[in-house]
Amino acid sequence: MQGFLPPVSGAADSVGLGPIEAAFPNAVFPGGAIHEFLSISPEQAAANGGFISGILNNLMRHGGVCLWISICRTLFPPSLKVFGVEPDRVIFIDLKRERDVLWAMEEALKCQGLAAVICELREINFTQTRRLQLAAEQSRVTGFVLRSDPKRLSATACVARWNITSLASELEEGMPGVGFPRWNVELLKVRNGNPGSWKVEWSAGRFRPLTELNKAVLSSEILKAG
Amino acid sequence: MQKRFATIWFRHLLTNWLALRRPELRNVPFVVAIKDHGRLVITATNGLAESEGIMPGMVVADAKALLPTLQIINDIPGKGDKLLKGLGEWCIRYTPFIALDSPDGLILDISGCAHLWGGEHAYLKEIVTRLRSNGYDVRAAIADTVGAAWGVSRFGKVKPIIASHGQAEALLTLPPDALRLEPEVLERLQKLGLRTISNFISIPRSVLRRRFGQGMLQRLDQALGNEDEPVKSLLAVEPYQERLPSLEPIRTAIGIEIAVKRLLEILCKRLQQENKGIRSAVFKGYRIDGKVIQMDIGTNLASHNIHHLFKLFELKISTLEPALGIELFVLEAPKVEEIPPQQEALWAGKPGLEDGVLAELLDRLAGKVGADTIHRYLPDEHYWPERSIKNSTSIRDKPSIRWRNDKPRPVQLLARPEHIEVTAPIPDYPPMLFRYKEKVHHVKKADGPERIEREWWLDGGQHRDYYYVEDQNGQRYWLFRSGHYNGDGSNEWFIHGFFA
Repeated sequence: MQGFLPPVSGAADSVGLGPIEAAFPNAVFPGGAIHEFLSISPEQAAANGGFISGILNNLMRHGGVCLWISICRTLFPPSLKVFGVEPDRVIFIDLKRERDVLWAMEEALKCQGLAAVICELREINFTQTRRLQLAAEQSRVTGFVLRSDPKRLSATACVARWNITSLASELEEGMPGVGFPRWNVELLKVRNGNPGSWKVEWSAGRFRPLTELNKAVLSSEILKAG
Repeated sequence: MQKRFATIWFRHLLTNWLALRRPELRNVPFVVAIKDHGRLVITATNGLAESEGIMPGMVVADAKALLPTLQIINDIPGKGDKLLKGLGEWCIRYTPFIALDSPDGLILDISGCAHLWGGEHAYLKEIVTRLRSNGYDVRAAIADTVGAAWGVSRFGKVKPIIASHGQAEALLTLPPDALRLEPEVLERLQKLGLRTISNFISIPRSVLRRRFGQGMLQRLDQALGNEDEPVKSLLAVEPYQERLPSLEPIRTAIGIEIAVKRLLEILCKRLQQENKGIRSAVFKGYRIDGKVIQMDIGTNLASHNIHHLFKLFELKISTLEPALGIELFVLEAPKVEEIPPQQEALWAGKPGLEDGVLAELLDRLAGKVGADTIHRYLPDEHYWPERSIKNSTSIRDKPSIRWRNDKPRPVQLLARPEHIEVTAPIPDYPPMLFRYKEKVHHVKKADGPERIEREWWLDGGQHRDYYYVEDQNGQRYWLFRSGHYNGDGSNEWFIHGFFA
């Protein structure tokens, strides 16, 4: 198998995922690689959209541009702003055929000027992901593949397989409304890393692992009690 | 540079064409005639009829008296000009500048073209043999001026190519008809016994003007090259155009690729010197069978990058049909733009929308899957969710207003809201449960309503009251009730989006 390059120290910045990044080799989020997301229902597609835009927020920090390639897109651009991404820095490619999506994805991954490329398709096989992975390794562009109809969860050449599901939000006692978006982030597969499951909330423009939240609550309670 | 002109005279343009269309006419004398004042007047004759003394302008009855077997064909008005135009367009392979000389001639500006065919002699021979093999009876001549070439092609008897500055000498022996004079002037010259140009060329100009008018002097000056003659080109000359004739007809994709590459190299070198770049380009192939095939490309940012432009053309080469072969390639750039001089990557290009690499990527995508698939959105001043974004046509447009994030907006927005069944407390509370796609969702948390009014100046209908709700599984939805609560349970509810 062609080389999965070890992350270059110093080159990759943190993407703000906190403890989840520790699951990856060398505790660095692998940029310049393909990540795979399961996106079976529209609810899950929405959760993926939010989670990925959170990562994009960090990847596009230096003024990059990202491409969003899909067949029947329902993503609503203004919502990206909630996750810190300027929607006008995202270019949407709306295609008709799956073949074209793969071609466009590969062309885009070969282009070094981009921060990230996201593609939504029904299914992808090992050979196709490997082509994408090799292109991404050359250009160091991060790619996200959203599989909406994975028949069998066959092996792919992606560095990680994510499964994001929504979690009920929590509010302060007695407050009305809906709280900040929360997800259960599952890493089903990580190349050379440790799969795991985390709970994350998006608030104040960053990811906050729920354990940290609990601690914060605890310490404030201690303060109150003390 | 000394200008050189070639003129081609189609002696029997219309009848040659008819003989090509109808082979049975090939070996019989026939004329083309048109009705005029109740009689048929001949407008064109073929070679055989002409040798019997039948001339255009005669009445058909007289011609029939001369030659009883003469066949008559009805004239199609305007056909001759159309034919001439087609032939002029065909001649584009010899020079980019062609003018029509109605009713039966073409004028070619061949300055700087003849050497490509190995000299003027070979050039003229090529044109004449090609046209003759196509069935047209032609005579052609080359000279420094249009007038001299015209005269020599019609009346010359010695040689068709007049050397540079030799037109005065060549004209001496020709009849005055070779000067394209008015019929009355010609008649007067005839009466005076001035049968060749040499008879009157040395007469003082003031005398000639008094007797024959200024028009004659002008024609004489134009033929001799003392006065410029404006000629109107049949095809507008593209300022950025390169041509590549091929020795053998090209039929393979590789051959076309080589042609594209060579033409791009020449054109881009020129553009680079002028600090310009291509925004759109057309590549044309002239096929042996007379058809023109073409492919065109467009770019988002002006570019003179050979490699990039070649890639754009490469995607489209498969759409060309060379058929029997392509004999001439032309690359035109109808739209070029200034490129501000750029520093060659001392620091690697900054990432962002101004990045040339991104523009090149989008060009490639647009070339393969169409420019209408690429979207970039800017905020628009509408609250109505479907209208809150507008498509941006250029990747350089900046948003004119800020993106709003003060109100919840879903990550996934359905293109059309979908109908749902809802149980909701009256009158304005969020739903308690809703059924979407055969699945019941119990609402645990809810936010709203956020009323969004219809923009009545754009369309009519009910306003929407949006609720942001979370169900028992922690999934978040965007629902709305269409219109006010009306009390009889006939309110319609819709789902419009999914939150992260």
